[in-house]
Amino acid sequence: MGAKIQAISYYLPEKVLTNHDLAERFTEWTPDEIEHQTGIVERHYSAEGEIASDCAVAAAELLFAQHNIDRQDIDFLIFCAQSTDYASPTTACLIQHRLGLRTSIGAIDINLGCSGFVYSLSVAKGMIEAVGMKNVLLLTAETITKSLHPQDKATLALFGDAGAATLVTNAASARPNIGQFVFGTDGSGAEMMIKRNGHFRNPFTHLWGIDYINELDQVCNDNCFQMNGIGVFSFSMRTAPALVKATLEKHHYTYDDIDLFIFHQANGFMLDVLRKKMRIPPEKFFTYIRNCGNTVSSTIPIALAEALKQGKAKSGDKILLAAFGVGLSWAGTVIEV
Amino acid sequence: MTDTAEEFVSKLEIEFDDFEPGTITPETKYREMEEWSSMHALIVIAFINAEYNVTLNGEDLRNTETLLDIYNITKSKLN
Repeated sequence: MGAKIQAISYYLPEKVLTNHDLAERFTEWTPDEIEHQTGIVERHYSAEGEIASDCAVAAAELLFAQHNIDRQDIDFLIFCAQSTDYASPTTACLIQHRLGLRTSIGAIDINLGCSGFVYSLSVAKGMIEAVGMKNVLLLTAETITKSLHPQDKATLALFGDAGAATLVTNAASARPNIGQFVFGTDGSGAEMMIKRNGHFRNPFTHLWGIDYINELDQVCNDNCFQMNGIGVFSFSMRTAPALVKATLEKHHYTYDDIDLFIFHQANGFMLDVLRKKMRIPPEKFFTYIRNCGNTVSSTIPIALAEALKQGKAKSGDKILLAAFGVGLSWAGTVIEV
Repeated sequence: MTDTAEEFVSKLEIEFDDFEPGTITPETKYREMEEWSSMHALIVIAFINAEYNVTLNGEDLRNTETLLDIYNITKSKLN
């Protein structure tokens, strides 16, 4: 008995924001500079009224169709997102109904961002190996572009919308395909990436956002998601190498035992710096950010799906996943596909 | 560290591939440079991390004015 990632599909909204579009809006920037600084050439934007659960449902429908999966076989649903439909009820409950899944299944939301896929994978593994579920549908989605400030060029250049659907199944194989997990949390860094207003601490009804300039010279509005880019970069430089090291040690592996490294696709420039710092050869470090940007919790499943599609990840390969970001929160694991 | 402030700055200049050689010195007030952007701050953090194994954070940088200040704060974190 062992949990295994059986299939992944993902959905990107049709509308695209290119570097040319950004350079028209921010004239001090050229499309080439944006590409050099982010590794991104375009990001997908959800349509008006299209929210995270819509992207998740679209990805799930693609998963069922592309991989010939019977939705009646799903016995547990995880929806990992921070942009949920309502404060209550749980969005996963709404998605159960929209997808026509059985009513005899469990459905939960997991409220995490960049690290969310790896955390959710650990819950899916637990549901299969400890609770006895057979097929866990893991949906990650975010429509973060709806929360970005129109003058905050740094976040506009990085983020895009997406949804991903991953089927985690009981493979009944001799050894587990999803390995051990390493977790980390440091709430002292909460302010580094934050959307302050709109929940219970600062309800929209009491504190309407006004623009202000923060100590980093960024145009901010507490109704919008904001990011301290330098702080996040510094956090990632410290955390990612330690996370990879701890994940390897937990499995008694060295760097050489890993066939492919897939990190949270935060920023192409930063991924390149991290890769060089950890001395991972380019052919063992998969990135997929150029045409979708940073899609928060969906970056890892999207990259994994692409690595499989492109033949960069092959059956039996050991793939190290490392996710780190908003929270601050991080997690790592090693999987075999 | 064994690097002098001048060596530190000339190594840093190589990392900034968009700067003309010789445009920066330890006394340069880097934020006043026309070319300076938040990207350069990230390059500084990445360079110091790779070269000296010291991770500066946003607050460290906020307290600096010149490249010499950055050199000194890096040196103080090494000790």
